[in-house]
Amino acid sequence: MDFTLKIWRQKNAEAKGSFQTYPLREVSPEMSLLEMLDYLNTQLIESGKEPVAFEQDCREGICGSCGLYVNGRPHGPARNTTTCELHMREFTDGETIVIEPWRAKAFPLIKDLVVDRSSFELIMLAGGFISINTGGAAEANSLPVSKINSDRSFAAATCIGCGACVAACKNSSAMLFAAAKIAQYALIPQGRTEARERVENMVRQMDDEGFGFCSNTYGCEFDCPKGISIDFIALMNREFFSAKVCGHKKTSD
Amino acid sequence: MASRAAKERCDAGYGVGDTGLSVYLDFQDAIGNQGKNAIQDKYGNLFEMYEKITGINPYTQPMRIYPAGHYTMGGLWVDYNLMTTIEGLYAIGESNFSDHGANRLGASSLMQCSGDGYFILPNTIGDYLSADIRTGSIPTNGKEFEEAEEEVRERIQSIMNVGGKQTASSFHKRFGKLMWDYCGMRRDAEGLKKGLELLDQLEEEFWDNICVPGTTGELNQELEKALKVADFFEVGRLMCEDALQREESCGAHFREEHQTETGEAKRDDANFAFVAAWEYRGPKARPILHKEALKFEAVELKERSYK
Repeated sequence: MDFTLKIWRQKNAEAKGSFQTYPLREVSPEMSLLEMLDYLNTQLIESGKEPVAFEQDCREGICGSCGLYVNGRPHGPARNTTTCELHMREFTDGETIVIEPWRAKAFPLIKDLVVDRSSFELIMLAGGFISINTGGAAEANSLPVSKINSDRSFAAATCIGCGACVAACKNSSAMLFAAAKIAQYALIPQGRTEARERVENMVRQMDDEGFGFCSNTYGCEFDCPKGISIDFIALMNREFFSAKVCGHKKTSD
Repeated sequence: MASRAAKERCDAGYGVGDTGLSVYLDFQDAIGNQGKNAIQDKYGNLFEMYEKITGINPYTQPMRIYPAGHYTMGGLWVDYNLMTTIEGLYAIGESNFSDHGANRLGASSLMQCSGDGYFILPNTIGDYLSADIRTGSIPTNGKEFEEAEEEVRERIQSIMNVGGKQTASSFHKRFGKLMWDYCGMRRDAEGLKKGLELLDQLEEEFWDNICVPGTTGELNQELEKALKVADFFEVGRLMCEDALQREESCGAHFREEHQTETGEAKRDDANFAFVAAWEYRGPKARPILHKEALKFEAVELKERSYK
């Protein structure tokens, strides 16, 4: 297959970026989009040019490193698919493919297609954990979890933190991400102890990082590679409201 | 054994698909006997993943499979508290050496990751830190910091200075193929020795012809890749050396010379019931083998057989 690629090139955060056009020939339909970029980069390096910087790691859709805005959609045209799982057979021969980085104030650009997603880490550090000493394993029957809640918690936990929800949102909101991370703990007994301060802290951090509010357009759910349901945002809002109304015991900072 | 058989068929020229590097795994009979729903309950997520990668529906067409190396089955030596030989440096999960059988897939990795991180480290690292709690922050302008920085800077510069023609990815691929061919699922003394020779040659070629575009003062992914590949030669050599000294078959280490009549791994417990810990002696020096005996008290060592 032959393609015309329009790729966002930008040397660093301060430099001015622009789209560069690269014709690429003899691409195998079995290549993933990232493998196609590898193929392009090899050609660029061999002709003395700088390769396109992009993030990747596991290449099997579970690490959340790769995230490219392809033809106007986070992770490209296929549903429930990360960029690394997006194969060239999804495109038509001769097509022009436009590749951009995630664009959001809270994801400052580092180089070309690489953005800094530390803001997600900071949201996690604000409460995305359970701070109890585990000790020996407890008797399983002492902590009953309903099948419905365990399934929902698991569904929330499949979020890989890639940032597609932010890229998909008109307001660059990170609410689907934060909601998934809050819900995975809120739905199981181990997470209830700190549930109220967790939701407050994580939401505060999310706001501080410069993410916008939910736009209610459901774009995040549609483009989430893991199909995280927008219902979790409702759950987060309930958790947040209940924490605000009921308050919580202040822990020492 | 299934993995070895799949590779053997492909090596013999019976592989299927465009590349000839796969064999069929057909669920037709299983679906016929148990129904699609039963299979979906068991393997639904794997089937979905397969379809996503290949574009082929495994419920209606046989899957194409081939073994792949994804883990080195070894790592940094640690003590019972998970501390490495460098005081204060702890290694947990897949980065340390570990106990596993012939295969090490997600579940054993997850188990070790949870075991180390959830149960052991919270109890052991605190003990180390307790003695250090009043030390305060250490300034980074000390002699050791400057020496380490200088060393890294020199290494980076020496890679940048090569100015060759071949990319890091290309060396990475050639390295991987070399390890797969000579230190893979089946290995023998002759192949391992050949592998060691070829590794030296490839490393020499690397330092002669590596091409790293860009500069050092910015995000440079090609430089990152090149530095990683430069380290792989050392690890690869160590893996070959270790496989060469272990004159038995054991777990994922299958030596052609040591197999039962039916092609199963044949251990030599009298001589090799030990963990090999290799002591690093510097970039060009040969590592030293330390044997840590494996002592079994509650169970006796037996031949593994699923028959």
